[in-house]
Amino acid sequence: MSSSSIRRTCALARKEFLHILRDARSLGMAIAIPMLMLLLFGYALTLDVDNVPMVVWDQSDTQLSRDFISRFHGSRYFSVRGYARTYREVEREIDSGFALVALVVPRDFASRVEAGRPAQVQMIVDGSDSNTATIAMGYADVVSLTFSQDVAIRWMQSVGGPSFAPPLEVRPRVWFNADMESRNYIVPGLTAVIMMVISALLTSLTVAREWERGTMEQLISTPVKGYELVLGKLAPYFAVGMFDMLLAVLMGKFLFHVPLRGDAVLLFAIAAVFLAGILSMGMLVSILMKSQLLASQIAMVLTFLPSFLLSGFVYPISNMAKPVQWISYAVPARYFVALMRAIYLKGTGLELLAGEIALLVVFGAIMLALANARFKKKLT
Amino acid sequence: MFERIREMLVKEFIQVLRDPRLRFVVFLMPVVQLVVFGYAVSTDVRDVATAVYDLDNSVTSRELVARFVGSGYFHVAEHVVTEDRARELLDRSEVRVVLRMNKGFGDDLLRGRTATLQLLLDGTDSNTAGIALDYAAKITQQFSRDVLLERFRRLRGAAREPGWVELESRAWFNENLESRNFFVPGIIAMLVMLATLLLTSMSVVREKEIGTMEQIMVTPITPGEFILGKTVPFATIAFIDVILITVVGVFWFGVPIRGSLLLLFGATAVYLMTTLGVGLWISTISRTQQQAMMSTFFFYFPAILLSGFIFPVANMPRVVQWLTWLNPLRHFLVIVRGIFLKGVGPDILWPQLLILAVMGVCMLSLAAARFRKTLA
Repeated sequence: MSSSSIRRTCALARKEFLHILRDARSLGMAIAIPMLMLLLFGYALTLDVDNVPMVVWDQSDTQLSRDFISRFHGSRYFSVRGYARTYREVEREIDSGFALVALVVPRDFASRVEAGRPAQVQMIVDGSDSNTATIAMGYADVVSLTFSQDVAIRWMQSVGGPSFAPPLEVRPRVWFNADMESRNYIVPGLTAVIMMVISALLTSLTVAREWERGTMEQLISTPVKGYELVLGKLAPYFAVGMFDMLLAVLMGKFLFHVPLRGDAVLLFAIAAVFLAGILSMGMLVSILMKSQLLASQIAMVLTFLPSFLLSGFVYPISNMAKPVQWISYAVPARYFVALMRAIYLKGTGLELLAGEIALLVVFGAIMLALANARFKKKLT
Repeated sequence: MFERIREMLVKEFIQVLRDPRLRFVVFLMPVVQLVVFGYAVSTDVRDVATAVYDLDNSVTSRELVARFVGSGYFHVAEHVVTEDRARELLDRSEVRVVLRMNKGFGDDLLRGRTATLQLLLDGTDSNTAGIALDYAAKITQQFSRDVLLERFRRLRGAAREPGWVELESRAWFNENLESRNFFVPGIIAMLVMLATLLLTSMSVVREKEIGTMEQIMVTPITPGEFILGKTVPFATIAFIDVILITVVGVFWFGVPIRGSLLLLFGATAVYLMTTLGVGLWISTISRTQQQAMMSTFFFYFPAILLSGFIFPVANMPRVVQWLTWLNPLRHFLVIVRGIFLKGVGPDILWPQLLILAVMGVCMLSLAAARFRKTLA
């Protein structure tokens, strides 16, 4: 690039920067939205289930049944909110959402257990929230199995047998996220989503805005070349995006204590590559649509949806239907989330990640080239 | 007056429907999003990729592994023979769980000692890991109890056995616990909010930005008529979206709809009052479309996250739970899920409907009042 070319690009970057600074509110929000989302995800949002509200219908009302029920009440997983006496009551509690789970203990509970037969306890779960329901059912299974095992041991002791320890001991060890904090899982991926959405949204408006206001015609009449305009417009948003990234990493470290095991320099370098690609994509949308309303809607769909759903950020890609898994290969956020997680939680280095990084570089290059190619300095 | 409103509506409809790209975005995008959501979103945990590191290779250890496989929750991807290979598989996320039994596992169990099963879990996805751990606990507890009874039987030869509890769980409303049934009704709420918020706020501000607002103000149209003209078209579009999404959700994905359709539309109308009100209010505080868009998302993203759409409200800290009462999306989600999955009616849903109605009226009046002031 010649020196006058560089000068023109810098002038455009400066102009764009001034535009951004003048619209303080948008700039403020471009920083506040990521911070808000980080705070929410860090403190308020979790799939971990505790204190599932439960209603109990104890038809047996014996010492043994009360003992059984107290196993649920005493655990942190369930919280008994009420006792029902009829089926109608149970129905109503679940319908209204007052309880998510109902435990029905049959009348012959104690007599059957004492006679050496199985007692059939029924558990009704509100299945609307399938994730919570699955987890609640899992907890309940463990509670009742532990109870059965204790009954067996007590019985064996009572008939004069030796006391047996439980024969099988399970030692679980969790790798990469030993506290199983969903936060450690989500925060690295969250930075990807935030960056993608905010940056693309901002750049999606910028060219379209000039067309709508009529200032594009003025720009076209100047000696500014197409690629100088594109690059000049990208520069300030790149700065904003990297700043957002820095904030996110700092908040992750100091506020949420998410451990960063890998190399921070590598982290930011990858972020820069990803950001360049995403901004170019937003710019491309803006160039093609020429209408701010349209550009923002399309940018939303192209960025929010894939980066939230298909990147593995919240929902594991391996749980999805096969065709959708193939589609996710085309989503750049997928690679970025994987890279972020690898660097944060596993401390992986450049050698193992080179393949995915290369893909991001290719994506960035293609988007930038397209944006440049499609921007025409014409009035139609 | 009605003529002016009609003219305004016609103009607005023409503007929205004239651009084929906008038509596509407004009508087709929701369906596309629904399809993607429907197939992509799943918290169901099945066939967890597992590696088996069995140094014992006895009848007993193989039986335990068979139980894991037989449960349907775990799927053995590989039998590994070295620790390094197990690590490698976990590192590469090719497996999420490693079952490890040391030499002497079967022997320990046979001789009445305690045997150890080591479970290595990839904790990055803590939700799936937690669920997998629960499944594993269930299987091992059952196995442990069986071994215990077997030992006892051999020792005492007793004909009697201790009793146990058989827990039979049944899920109501969503018998197969498909997460799709949980999400699809919520998508209606989410997409309707986005469409109305964005379209309303940006289209009003657009007039300001381009300069056509001044032209409109010169006409005899009153602010109230202007507001009606701007909100009714988008409300109509929203209703069409609701119908589209419901049809695709029910006939393509098989999401049940057990409640009354009339109630669904009625509740949507009340919900729309709140979203249109917010959209209008945003338009009064924004000078440019960019501001309108950023303000919309500043409201929209937290609204989605704090509504119970993905993350249950009950899991949130108390203070945050109270905050969600102000979120119209949260209440509409309860209504929508109630209508689709539970088949309940106004007798159960009236609190949510009331709150939405009050919010809607307040929001619209506030926005309209502010609108009049800023125009004058």
